[in-house]
Amino acid sequence: MPESTGKAKIAGIIATTAVLTAGVAALLVNVFEHKQEARQTFFRVVDVNDDTDDPALWGKNFPLHYDAYKRTVDMQRTRYGGSEALKRNPTAADPRDKVSAEKIDEDPRLKRMWLGYPFSVDFREERGHAYMLIDQRHTRRVLEFKQPGACLNCHASTYTFMKQLGAGDLTAGFEKMNKMPYVEATKNVKHPVACIDCHDAASMALRITRPAFLEGIRNWKKSQNVPNYDPNTMATAQEMRTFVCAQCHVEYYFQGDDKRLTFPWHKGLKVDQIYDYYEEVKHKDFTHKETGAPVLKAQHPEFEIFSMGIHAASGVACADCHMPYKREGGAKISDHHVRSPMLNINRACQGCHRFSEDEIRNRVELIQTRFIESRNLAMNALMDLIEDIRQARDAGATDNQLHGAWAAQRKAQFFIDFVEAENSAGFHAPGEELRILTQALDSIRKGQIALRQVAPKPRAANTAGPAPGLRRGD
Amino acid sequence: MELMKESGALTPHLAGVTVGILIGLGVYTFGYANGASYLTADPAACTNCHVMRPQFEGWLKASHRAAAVCDDCHSPPNVVQKYLNKAVNGFNHSLAFTTGRYPDDILITERNHRVANAACMKCHLEITTPILAPRHDASETRCTSCHRDVGHAH
Repeated sequence: MPESTGKAKIAGIIATTAVLTAGVAALLVNVFEHKQEARQTFFRVVDVNDDTDDPALWGKNFPLHYDAYKRTVDMQRTRYGGSEALKRNPTAADPRDKVSAEKIDEDPRLKRMWLGYPFSVDFREERGHAYMLIDQRHTRRVLEFKQPGACLNCHASTYTFMKQLGAGDLTAGFEKMNKMPYVEATKNVKHPVACIDCHDAASMALRITRPAFLEGIRNWKKSQNVPNYDPNTMATAQEMRTFVCAQCHVEYYFQGDDKRLTFPWHKGLKVDQIYDYYEEVKHKDFTHKETGAPVLKAQHPEFEIFSMGIHAASGVACADCHMPYKREGGAKISDHHVRSPMLNINRACQGCHRFSEDEIRNRVELIQTRFIESRNLAMNALMDLIEDIRQARDAGATDNQLHGAWAAQRKAQFFIDFVEAENSAGFHAPGEELRILTQALDSIRKGQIALRQVAPKPRAANTAGPAPGLRRGD
Repeated sequence: MELMKESGALTPHLAGVTVGILIGLGVYTFGYANGASYLTADPAACTNCHVMRPQFEGWLKASHRAAAVCDDCHSPPNVVQKYLNKAVNGFNHSLAFTTGRYPDDILITERNHRVANAACMKCHLEITTPILAPRHDASETRCTSCHRDVGHAH
């Protein structure tokens, strides 16, 4: 008996030791793996050059970056932004099986603000980078209206196409592409924004590929007495982490019959300076259908607004929050799954702001809630002004009498649209965005005062002239 | 009988061999993972695993580089508490790193924050006494609430 107890004891020791040894061996392998991943390895398995537009090829050399890049297909809401996937039945003409919500149905005030412009027909929630080309090809703004190739600048990987159009001269290609009909131009591109649009194929360094930005920033720097500014040779690495995004996330217009994509930064980046520029060149995007006012449409001025905010002042770049560094093994790479920082708070915010995720989210949403409230008040006021002008017009007010109110509508509408189109719901520069809305409300107030001089129904054409100091428009 | 006796004598040897393998493998793993370095105060030990690299690099450029190493601020001064603290943190960090369950931007825990804040007082007690005196609860205002980057950024 004692012999068998002894044997059982020994068997127990062996079994326990075996389990422990297996555990230690597993730990050893784990330590080994962690040591391996701490070495940053890179294998160049394919050669990419300045003509390789297919991101899948670049992705073979940089699988981690490419994997994240492909995730921009994700559709996820934040409290005030993002988008939800709505199911739709694909057709031969439109192969999309999911789309985002129609914004002009969610907020009919937007539709009224844009009456007379394609945006009043179709304007959906913005989706991730992966959808930029397919969503543009199938929006009713493109299908039902004639649009220029200039639209493609920011909805496709156009670098190689522009180079080829210009026979090696990027700017010449840009000019040709702008003028082409959209339906023709879009046949020549295959990918949404891709690696080559931001990276140099030889060095992987960030570089600017969009002539509109090169011209825009040159004009802006000139206004600050910096002549011949070229970001590709003069910008810091940190500035480039903003500038590559600012090739597209900016206010713009199509200049003249050549439809040259132009950034209105000649006087500066502030909305007032941009508006002054539009006044000077007498640009209008459309005539408002209800009021007859010559108005402007603002487009996603993320770069301009962000530049007015505290993060920009602190030297933070777009990529710091929208493409924050993440760990893949021992390597630190910037997250190419470009998205709202609210979906990635740890990496996007907590590197600098040492508070809990809930605390950070609450602070951001408080800023955004205040903005949305103000934006709604301004939007309601604009609707009132539009209604007042419409009534005055119906009552027989002449164009000449309406100039003051038109100028007010033009300015108010542009200012409201400037922060409405900006994709941060007031976060990128909270004080500035509320100031812009206050400016808009002030303009609406002046417009309604101007209308007082028109109403009641003008009896004689010369009793009420245009309001002093507000006569603008084309 | 002879055979049985022999095999009976062999089993304890076998157990000895297995235990020996475990010890050998354990010692090797401990050495391979630079285990002994954790008993020292060398800041390089804290970057054995790459997670702490940004903090280490931040320290190299921060004002306290000349005055304090990681241990001076992140361990209590008392020898017993110091190694107890190292053991607790060592276990937690190893577990997190081995399983991969930790965020990219690591945040200090409440317990370690208290240790670090107390460490400030080792050198700066005199100058901070008037600031701390009127406060009932010293933890509501931490040195690092304002002097966040003196040790290292992040």
